[in-house]
Amino acid sequence: MTVAVLSGKGGTGKTFVSVNLSAAAKDAVYLDCDVEEPNGRLFLKPEQVTSSPVAVLLPAFDGKKCTGCRKCVEFCRFNALVFVKNKPMVFPEVCHFCGGCMRVCPEHAVMETLRAVGAVEEGVSGGVRVVTGILNTGEVSAVPVIKTVLKKSVRDGGLTVVDCPPGSGCSVMESVSRADYCLLVAEPTAFGFHNFKMVHRLVRLLHKPCGVVINKASGEYSPLEQFCVDINTPILLRIPYSAELAKRTAAGEVAVRRDAAMAEIFRGLLNEIRKEAPR
Amino acid sequence: MKKLLILSGKGGTGKTTTAAAFIRFAGARAFADCDVDAPNLHLVEDNLGKLERFYYLGSQKAAVDPEKCGNCGVCQMTCRFDAIRTNGETRSINEFACEGCGVCVTVCLQGAISLRDDVAGEVRLYQGERTFATAELKMGRGNSGKLVSEVKSTLLKNAPAADLAIIDGSPGIGCPVIASMSGVDLVLIVAEPSVSGISDLERILKTAAVFRTKAVVCVNKWDTSPEKTAAIERFCSESQIPYAGRIPYDAEASSAINAGKSVADIDCAASRALREVFDRVMGLLKGVAV
Repeated sequence: MTVAVLSGKGGTGKTFVSVNLSAAAKDAVYLDCDVEEPNGRLFLKPEQVTSSPVAVLLPAFDGKKCTGCRKCVEFCRFNALVFVKNKPMVFPEVCHFCGGCMRVCPEHAVMETLRAVGAVEEGVSGGVRVVTGILNTGEVSAVPVIKTVLKKSVRDGGLTVVDCPPGSGCSVMESVSRADYCLLVAEPTAFGFHNFKMVHRLVRLLHKPCGVVINKASGEYSPLEQFCVDINTPILLRIPYSAELAKRTAAGEVAVRRDAAMAEIFRGLLNEIRKEAPR
Repeated sequence: MKKLLILSGKGGTGKTTTAAAFIRFAGARAFADCDVDAPNLHLVEDNLGKLERFYYLGSQKAAVDPEKCGNCGVCQMTCRFDAIRTNGETRSINEFACEGCGVCVTVCLQGAISLRDDVAGEVRLYQGERTFATAELKMGRGNSGKLVSEVKSTLLKNAPAADLAIIDGSPGIGCPVIASMSGVDLVLIVAEPSVSGISDLERILKTAAVFRTKAVVCVNKWDTSPEKTAAIERFCSESQIPYAGRIPYDAEASSAINAGKSVADIDCAASRALREVFDRVMGLLKGVAV
């Protein structure tokens, strides 16, 4: 079973929930798809870490064969190619590696080379296999790194937890693409509620079953609770705001590994998800 | 016009709270919400004036004419984005995956595929005494960087006389963040004192350095971890990054926001600390790009 953890708003506790859910399950794969800001590894502190680069294709032009016909530059809809001194030149960060320039070149003067845009690290933390996608700073698109991370999910009935990026854009879409179940972590605030509604629309659009974790609750914020009732979406867990828990999390501790009561709470959450998720 | 962008790397550190307070303190007449994936600034702003909406056209999307399609599959084989599928009789496009590159149009032997404009969201412009630009991306549409650029240019075009623009950014370090950084005078990074916050701060500072954008740092909810706050302050001092101060965690601040107000509207520990951060940032903004 693959569970994607997402939130819309940042900082609601996606990583907190993903890490603790993985650690409580003991035997699990934790995939960090928040590749712009990957943080699960700071808590799980994996050992025996290996790293492999993530590369995308990049066109390279053979100056001897190129006749300067400009067909490639005219084809590129991403404005990734410019014509300088009668030859095409590529802006690597803008290229979507669609392969179009290579296809339209009548002289076969375009080849493709590899360009590193990030890395995937793999290690173990107790019974949890920790896979972290890391986008290089200055790179625009997280999607190739996310795709590589998702290939590490287990398909044999084991638990895979996907820690998604914030927002509701293309990186989130990619991260939840393989999920059997979506766990929406919501903060009971005006900002949290507004972004929760957006991300809920997204999972509905993708026809994914979902449940809600309300995190950092201090008193009841009724619009969020009422909305969950109205859309017939179960609230699986409420985690009250606790200064102590915030301190421990700030220091990089995994709550379920220190606190038996917390471990029980997250095992309960996992059981709820198992009941809710389609077979 | 001086342009101040507020970023954080990590989400939920208090970008929008800070932006809303700065807008009040400065009496800003131009501001924008560039967090197009999860816009929130409009929730704490009122008296916004008259609203105009503009379609935002993102990447074009391919469309297959089923009458012409011979279901040969060449398009599917050449698509790098896995955006083409078949129902056994014709091919069709998965509009979420299609990036609009046009390769399928080129390879189709039947001339059955064309590219069409796609409304991927909208830009919203409010004009009254103040000018506010924001946007909403349609669910499942990428290319948010392009929308961010449109929000910014809409603001700048419609508030030419304003001397300061305050721009609320998105979390992360990717496409929308990079698009929001272009052309701004200063980036204020709202950091959080935690292992995650420090890691994300370093990554956003590196990104700002790649694009040669000047940055200043403040720490929000500093009392959650005085140790990590001290670590951030040490890091800024060692890396010669300007530091604008610390803001305490304040339950009154959250209550103000839930009531649709800015923290600047009330007198509390967080609002007083924000005021000091504001004064330092404005000083720095006046000093840069004179």
